[in-house]
Amino acid sequence: MNLNVIAFYDRWGGVLGEATIETFQMVFISLLISVLIGLPLGVLLVLSRPDKSMSNPYVYQSLNVVINVLRSIPFIILLFFLLPFTKFIVGTSIGVKGVIVPLVFYTAPYIARLMESALLEVNKGVLEAYEAMGIKTKDIIWHVMVREAKPSIILGLTIAIIGLIGATAMAGLVGAGGLGDVAYRFGHLRYEPEVMYVTIVLLIILIQGIQSIGNRLAAKAKKD
Amino acid sequence: MIQLKEISKTFYSKKNEEVTALKGVSLEVKQGEIFGVIGYSGAGKSTLVRCVNLLEKPTSGDVVVNGASLKNMSKNELRKSRQNIGMIFQGFNLLKTATVYENIAIPLKLTGISSKEIPTRVEKYLAIVGLEDKHHVYPGQLSGGQKQRVAIARALSHEPDVLLSDEATSALDPETTHSILDLLLKINREFGITILLITHEMHVIQKICDRVAVMENGEVIEQGNVIDLYSSPKKRTTKKFVNSLFPNDLPKEILEQLKKRGPIISMTFVGTSADKPALSQLSKKFDVDANILSGNIVQLKDKPFGKLVAHIQGETEETDKALHYLKEEGVQVDEVEINES
Ligand SMILES: Nc1ncnc2c1ncn2[C@@H]1O[C@H](COP(=O)(O)OP(=O)(O)OP(=O)(O)O)[C@@H](O)[C@H]1O
Ligand SMILES: [Mg+2]
Repeated sequence: MNLNVIAFYDRWGGVLGEATIETFQMVFISLLISVLIGLPLGVLLVLSRPDKSMSNPYVYQSLNVVINVLRSIPFIILLFFLLPFTKFIVGTSIGVKGVIVPLVFYTAPYIARLMESALLEVNKGVLEAYEAMGIKTKDIIWHVMVREAKPSIILGLTIAIIGLIGATAMAGLVGAGGLGDVAYRFGHLRYEPEVMYVTIVLLIILIQGIQSIGNRLAAKAKKD
Repeated sequence: MIQLKEISKTFYSKKNEEVTALKGVSLEVKQGEIFGVIGYSGAGKSTLVRCVNLLEKPTSGDVVVNGASLKNMSKNELRKSRQNIGMIFQGFNLLKTATVYENIAIPLKLTGISSKEIPTRVEKYLAIVGLEDKHHVYPGQLSGGQKQRVAIARALSHEPDVLLSDEATSALDPETTHSILDLLLKINREFGITILLITHEMHVIQKICDRVAVMENGEVIEQGNVIDLYSSPKKRTTKKFVNSLFPNDLPKEILEQLKKRGPIISMTFVGTSADKPALSQLSKKFDVDANILSGNIVQLKDKPFGKLVAHIQGETEETDKALHYLKEEGVQVDEVEINES
């Protein structure tokens, strides 16, 4: 038994370790960029919404359409559809670098929606109280809206990360590696069931871990 | 201090239906007074106070606070003026994710108060509202009354000239309501802050207001000193509000029976005559029997105010003399009309 584990580790440890790092890289970089794009878009969606003081139907409707269109396209299609664009932006369409662009296109609109719904939950009375105190709109957005929405934002980001991990499984198709790719290539195509099982267990642990960390951080941010 | 001039406000709903919430309302709140606006739900009270700091933009009319017309101000000027107009709400509107201290400190910082001065201000105003031991507590752990105290401290910390209150006590139990009203009264007296408050409860008006306006259907139907309005309400709605304090629901049949044997009068006492036993003297001085049908005394801001409904039984000659005596004693006497009900 022990020997088996050691043998397995000798044979696959390197591959799995590398794949884990690749997954983390892909998730981390595309999450960062997606938040930088998605959070402002979420704020814009909330501000331009009808009935709001800064209501702007054109901005709101066009954002809505773009986000819905992007969110309707399956990731795998997005991956290939964006190939030329990816190459243009990052100089290559393969490897971890090549998969970041489609991952961002996939995740940023999703995060924008998650942020929108998190921000909409913020008590409008509080926003009004700050408006009544003569505080600038940009300060209200940051110090009231985003701050108060933090627990929901954290939960939303947790969901987004898990979705991202799912999407990275397909990144192998453009040679970006990652855990999903290992499970598919070695486990499925080359029929090494142990590798597939171990990868799946690793993914389960990863996702469980992320969800519980997210839940715990959100609860801590909630303060009531 | 606050002048509302012919304020109208029309809301347009999605289906293009119009709701006119305010129809040419004019009001003046004088420096240093506590002015109350009372009315039933939907009368337009919230819309009215929200027009004072332009949270709601009037469709027409002008708002003047502290001598400056707010309507034609630039965004920046309006922000500066708003910093001089505090506001408290029924729902407290505190940051849930911030401590009591931060709830006061954050807006101070955002309005440009120096970081050296912020702790001093927070301490000062938390002490005034009696929460100096709650710095690091989150609003979720406070009672409704304590939350409102934090909101009051937050408003005061900007050292405004005016405080607007939109049903600030409506979510609180009677005891807590009283303590919050006492606090508002103290703020008004010690800092000279002018207060405009709206409410649907008469006891809020009588406890702290100097003057009051009654609103109905987007209009101010009656306004004046609290005592005047209480002792001689003119409009039906005003009478209803006043009568809610003096329940008088004897059956019509009984009143009609009684009336055959002498007048039924309502006596209004203001100030000192409220505690003078004018009524008890009647039977001794004249050949009449006085029977109290209903009555109540309430404490206005600084005077007791009472209303008794009594039946004066006796010959017309004697009852006339008795009524005359009461009037001489400073009691306001009105005959009760039965069909008024
Ligand atoms: N934003 C809005 N859009 C459309 N109609 C509105 C809006 N705000 C208020 N109204 C309408 O204006 C009228 C007056 O409302 P307002 O909130 O001022 O009443 P209120 O006297 O404060 O009542 P309450 O005691 O229930 O708070 C109501 O008919 C209400 O439906
Ligand atoms: Mg209201």
